[in-house]
Amino acid sequence: MFNWNGNGTMDDYKIVIDSKHRLLDLHLKETFQYKDLIFLFVKRDFISKYKQTILGPLWAIIQPLLTTVVFTVIFGRLAGLTTADVPGEFLIPGFLFYMSGNICWAYFSTTLNQTSNTFLNNSATMGKVYYPRLVAPVSISISNLISFGIQFAMFLLIWLFYVIKGGTSIQITPMLLLVPLTVLQMMILSVGCGIILSSATTKYRDLAMLVSFGIQLWQYASPIAYGLQLVPERFFNVYMLNPVTPIITTFRFAVFGFGYFDLTYYLISWAVSLLLFFIGLILFSRVERTFMDTI
Amino acid sequence: MIKTENVSKRYRLGQIGGTTLREELQRLSAKVRGKEDPTRMIGERDYQAGETFMALDGVSFEVKKGERVGIIGHNGAGKSTLLKLMSRVTAPTGGTIRLNGRVASMLEVGTGFHGELTGRENIYMNGAILGMTKKEIDAKIEDIIEFSEIRQFIDTPVKRYSSGMYVKLAFSVAAHLDSEIMIMDEVLAVGDMAFQKKCLDKMNDVSKTESRTILYVSHNMNTIRQLCERVIVLDHGKIVFDGDVEAGIAKYIVTTDEEKLNPFYELESLKRPYGMGTYYRFCGLTFEHKESAEYSDNEIINLLLDIDAQRKDDDLFIAVIIKNKDDTGICFSGISQKITLLEGGNRVSVRIPVDLLEADTYRLHLELISFDRYGKSLTYDNPFVSFPFKISKSGDSLIWPVKIYGNVRHHGITAEVLI
Repeated sequence: MFNWNGNGTMDDYKIVIDSKHRLLDLHLKETFQYKDLIFLFVKRDFISKYKQTILGPLWAIIQPLLTTVVFTVIFGRLAGLTTADVPGEFLIPGFLFYMSGNICWAYFSTTLNQTSNTFLNNSATMGKVYYPRLVAPVSISISNLISFGIQFAMFLLIWLFYVIKGGTSIQITPMLLLVPLTVLQMMILSVGCGIILSSATTKYRDLAMLVSFGIQLWQYASPIAYGLQLVPERFFNVYMLNPVTPIITTFRFAVFGFGYFDLTYYLISWAVSLLLFFIGLILFSRVERTFMDTI
Repeated sequence: MIKTENVSKRYRLGQIGGTTLREELQRLSAKVRGKEDPTRMIGERDYQAGETFMALDGVSFEVKKGERVGIIGHNGAGKSTLLKLMSRVTAPTGGTIRLNGRVASMLEVGTGFHGELTGRENIYMNGAILGMTKKEIDAKIEDIIEFSEIRQFIDTPVKRYSSGMYVKLAFSVAAHLDSEIMIMDEVLAVGDMAFQKKCLDKMNDVSKTESRTILYVSHNMNTIRQLCERVIVLDHGKIVFDGDVEAGIAKYIVTTDEEKLNPFYELESLKRPYGMGTYYRFCGLTFEHKESAEYSDNEIINLLLDIDAQRKDDDLFIAVIIKNKDDTGICFSGISQKITLLEGGNRVSVRIPVDLLEADTYRLHLELISFDRYGKSLTYDNPFVSFPFKISKSGDSLIWPVKIYGNVRHHGITAEVLI
């Protein structure tokens, strides 16, 4: 593997450990080399999550179903909030509407919440052995993707039921192809925000307390429980800058075949997601070198 | 293979660990108003801003391929910090470490084991954390299971394992890593003797046949002797010796000897495990008439013990255990003579003749025990600290290599010529 003859030059040393931090030294290639570990982490998360539960992975379906029922009753029936993203008369079953927002939000918030604790939760292994630290948040985002996949499959079943039954405004359009793109964006945005927070929580534990509260606020600032039409005209521009909003509306646009889609806001949202992700990577690689000294 | 140049690691003193934003703000506002830091613990030393502690200070050495190097030193000498830097758990403050090849570090046994996963799944998990790919583990899994001696439990979740089984499995994974450099911190301290021996043999073997480089930290000089061909002695973050094993161990033991031989110990306020020192409590120990606990072998150690008793008892024994500096028991005494303690403070004189002991540093342990009517011993107090003392030779006598002859000079063995 290595051609070592005992008196090589400096260039023969493959790994250099020193105090200098290079801004763009993000360990991306190395993280990819540890893909088996990522896979095993995902498997571990999955096994330990549902071990000793009777219903097992069914919980991945039950949770969003229950939330959707609650949303349908509280926001739909009791509060009577609009479910329209664009003006006009469209018929979408409320259940489908809330479910589409819920499964997206569930993925986003869980991933964000879990990745924001990367360093604190993994300090036991990270303090004893080196592996690219990015493996942890990446595996979290993937293991949540499995739950999302199960939920999305269930969503599609219900969706298909309504499509066949007819009587709704749902159309099957090529826009469905936008779904993977929005999912990818959700991953990038949630991991990006998560690793920014995880870098900050090693020094300021307070932030960890704020995160779950902040996520709740964020949910109300995104069109999960209501349609875009609820947003007053004068706040609309500001409202759309929330990078989650275009993700949700685009997702609905893709699965329902009509709705709100604005390329400018969508691109801004992508740009913000990528920017946050990149800032996150830089902060993360900066903190990961010495976080064990402060944690 | 490994080249470290002038490596140093600095830790901040005073406020190690996570701080909250509130504390930081309090500290700042106190600073502005010129008051004392309100977040500091009472009695904590007042560290100046920027005051630091060098865990490692300019360490340079080079290790060639296939070398087996032991790293020894006291607690706090910087051994573990050095291994942490090499295994990239944290970054150095200054200097450079260059490595060539994959590093398998075992700073702890079973890092990343997950209780819910089976032994087999954990082998994959642990191997992957240590940097192996699934393919490599597939190729080795049979060897790993074989080596671990726990084949019949391999598909049981490890949360049901005994700690011994846990160690065996964890070590087996590490021993079969395809790494060029193996870094280990006291991992052999656990596990039974037979398995320890097996591990040492395995490491010797891989080092020779596969030219694997091994860095090994331990306080157990015997495993260092068995495994290593070179030792580095660290003291206060600096290398004080680098070379031959026996010479290095000697150097390390000399630095151990420099510990203070206090003549008096206050024991009353010392924390004990639950139940110890409730009815009877050692409050103080004095090596009588001494400035430091150093004795010549023709002297007798006179100990004064202050013992507080909650009630009178005439059926108590003071157990004295003498250990050598490797913490091996040398002798035990005390059950031959009962003592009577009265309620309140007692002062007990203990006389220990030391003419049997060779010149060396020893540690004295104390226990207050009694026996129930079935002959089972009951410990009333054990302060769980040891009291070092030093014996030196009085007259000329033969050279006594303690490692070979032992610590006790037997006076009772006789010989006579029969034919």
